[in-house]
Amino acid sequence: MRFWEKPFGKEKPKTICGEIHIINDRCKGCSFCIEYCPRDVLELSKDFNKKGYHPPIVAKPDMCTFCGLCEMICPDFAIFVTEKEE
Amino acid sequence: MANNTAQLQEKTHPMEDLLRMDRMPHIWCSGCGLGSAVTAFVEGLKKAGVSYDKTAIVSGIGCTGRVAGYVRLDSYHTTHGRAIPFATGLKLANRDLTVFVFSGDGDLFAIGGNHLIHAARRNVDINVICVNNFIYGMTGGQNAPTTPLGAYSSTAPFGNYEMPFNLVGIAAASGASYVARWTTMHVRRLTDSIATAANKKGFCFIEIVSPCATVFARKNKGGTGLDMLKEFQTRAIIDHDADPTQIPLSMDNEIVCGEFVNEDRPTFWENVQTGIKSRLEKFANWEEMQSNSRKISHKTDRKYTVSRDF
Amino acid sequence: MFQKSRLHGEFFMQGDIACAEGALAAGCRFFGGYPITPASEIAERMAYRLPLLQGVFIQYEDEIASMAGILGASWAGVKSMTATSGPGFSLMNENIGLGMMMEAPCVVVNVQRGGPSTGLPTSWAQSDMMQARWGSHGDYGSISLVPNSPQEFFDLTVTAFNFSEKYRLPVFIMADALVGHMTEKVVIPPVEELEIINRKYTNKKPEDYLPYDYGKDLIPDFAKAGDGYRYHTTGLTHDKRGYPDMTFECQNELVPRLVNKIKNHIDDISLTEEYDIEGADVIVISYGITSRTVLPAITMAKKKGIKVGYLRLKTVWPFPEEKIRKLSEKVAGFAVPEMNLGQISLEVERCAHNDSIVKLVPHPGGAIHKFEDVLHAIEEVAHGK
Repeated sequence: MRFWEKPFGKEKPKTICGEIHIINDRCKGCSFCIEYCPRDVLELSKDFNKKGYHPPIVAKPDMCTFCGLCEMICPDFAIFVTEKEE
Repeated sequence: MANNTAQLQEKTHPMEDLLRMDRMPHIWCSGCGLGSAVTAFVEGLKKAGVSYDKTAIVSGIGCTGRVAGYVRLDSYHTTHGRAIPFATGLKLANRDLTVFVFSGDGDLFAIGGNHLIHAARRNVDINVICVNNFIYGMTGGQNAPTTPLGAYSSTAPFGNYEMPFNLVGIAAASGASYVARWTTMHVRRLTDSIATAANKKGFCFIEIVSPCATVFARKNKGGTGLDMLKEFQTRAIIDHDADPTQIPLSMDNEIVCGEFVNEDRPTFWENVQTGIKSRLEKFANWEEMQSNSRKISHKTDRKYTVSRDF
Repeated sequence: MFQKSRLHGEFFMQGDIACAEGALAAGCRFFGGYPITPASEIAERMAYRLPLLQGVFIQYEDEIASMAGILGASWAGVKSMTATSGPGFSLMNENIGLGMMMEAPCVVVNVQRGGPSTGLPTSWAQSDMMQARWGSHGDYGSISLVPNSPQEFFDLTVTAFNFSEKYRLPVFIMADALVGHMTEKVVIPPVEELEIINRKYTNKKPEDYLPYDYGKDLIPDFAKAGDGYRYHTTGLTHDKRGYPDMTFECQNELVPRLVNKIKNHIDDISLTEEYDIEGADVIVISYGITSRTVLPAITMAKKKGIKVGYLRLKTVWPFPEEKIRKLSEKVAGFAVPEMNLGQISLEVERCAHNDSIVKLVPHPGGAIHKFEDVLHAIEEVAHGK
């Protein structure tokens, strides 16, 4: 049967997803990114980096919406987000 | 939970073209807001679309003073308090430059207070970013002119009982064209503010309220840098219509943020040029000055000195 | 109209005004100053003439800002100058140190007046001479020129700009209020006849450029703001990249270079004027206005039969040590009249041979030397007292 219009919900709209890159050795463990991520994507890792700080790890990678707040609020230029290729 | 941390491979941090990567990691403490301020600055510059080759940054002495050393522009790290007159000289000598002054509250308002009010009065076309951490951080936590009433610092061991300055109030009262206050938590609005200031002519002043984890927080039971940021989040409100002279900061009142002044006023150079233009032709008696001299009849003897007979 | 605003000819001109004209002739197009007697006339003349030459004049809020401002203008590639007197010079010293450390070319005119502190605002002295060498904290080299007439004020201002551009440092012109406020004939030649030196800009590409890399002459190449070099320069001890490096090795490489930059080139920088040095028994060393007021005393001494030589220092710093050392071996001694209580005479004493006498003729300022005092000093040196 041919549809004149496509009904709503036929195709799920694509949402942007982000891929997080963490530069471990620059991190100073301030936890700003973990606290201010709106989707709680990051959490503190149990490992530590060369300087003895606990950098973040990506706990929920599929929840990242590429808002970029972690990249902007990080004081150490240690985290950035790129758009995830499908 | 699998460790999904991606190591740096072929992708680089998007700000690395504007940072001096050979000097990273920087010297600022964990939990310091300066890194966020620099991030906002770099993003603001990108957003403003200014030419990086024609942008210069001047800073004074202090933790914030180190910003010039980490940003990859023509950068000048000058003496304590004298960043603004240096930047004025730089801008007036080459008016194509976009000049930023990035310095701290003590550098700009204590020792440099005189220079700030005069630069604002003249409306010199420079952009001043003042990172206010309420204390003298680099030297170990002494009292600043912005230290809130009752706060502890190393030179106020029984508490500070001097009234602090209201930085946005001073800038607005002195005649700045653009006055804004944000905290390091408002990264996106700060970025927009800096982009606006970069493209705006006249004296632009932005105060950035920043946590100081190592000295201010420690002496005043503020916790970590993150705890101070959370406190800013609770206390900060945004009100663009506030009168900048009526919104001082204290230990526990609201931090009123926003863009308080955004006007177009003629800059120092414009004023001077349009003002004297018409009079130059009338008053400059160039012809009379030149006619006062006799024509040189012989090749000049520039060793001309008083004759002596001995 | 703008192009024609370069003065040339013979004028009856005040010393301060001749200084301003000298700066303009040398290419100065930025003046940042603060009013102070007796140097206000320089600022006033610059305020009048710079708009005609499309330069920038700004009256800053104090002398500290003036010094910072001219350093900023220098980094933008413009020749810049400020003018002050004793109290302002004391204020400027911190930023003079910054200029020395950053190696920014500019000229600072100190029209000396009676000190210390507010002192004699309308009267002269020469008591800032040591401050010109050691005023700011730390070790650095200093070039100080001292004119003795309005004509020379014009000439030495041009020379000061040349030295500052060549050696990349703030150069001082240590005039005195008498020379500054005296009106005499000044011949201003056409600009084409003046020797003007400009700073050496680098020809390296931005990726290869190191702001403080130097060759045998110990002077780095310059790059100005806005050309895309994106360098960093700081008042902290820095390495060749301009980045702060607070180690002994860096300090050891940087600070001796700042001093040797001037010391190694003393033959080029040291300017003197001599008469009757050969065969003299006593040499009168003087500078500035004193070099004119001692002439009657020298004439009288010669009539009395004393063989007197005359050495005038146009460049007081770097001090011509070798010259004084060599001369001290041939003469009985030196008479050093100066309008302070002993500053350059200390340098002469330091350099002179042990056996030669150095007689200071001090004067606290406010008037000129009595010629009897100078004559008396010359006689004492000649007769070996």
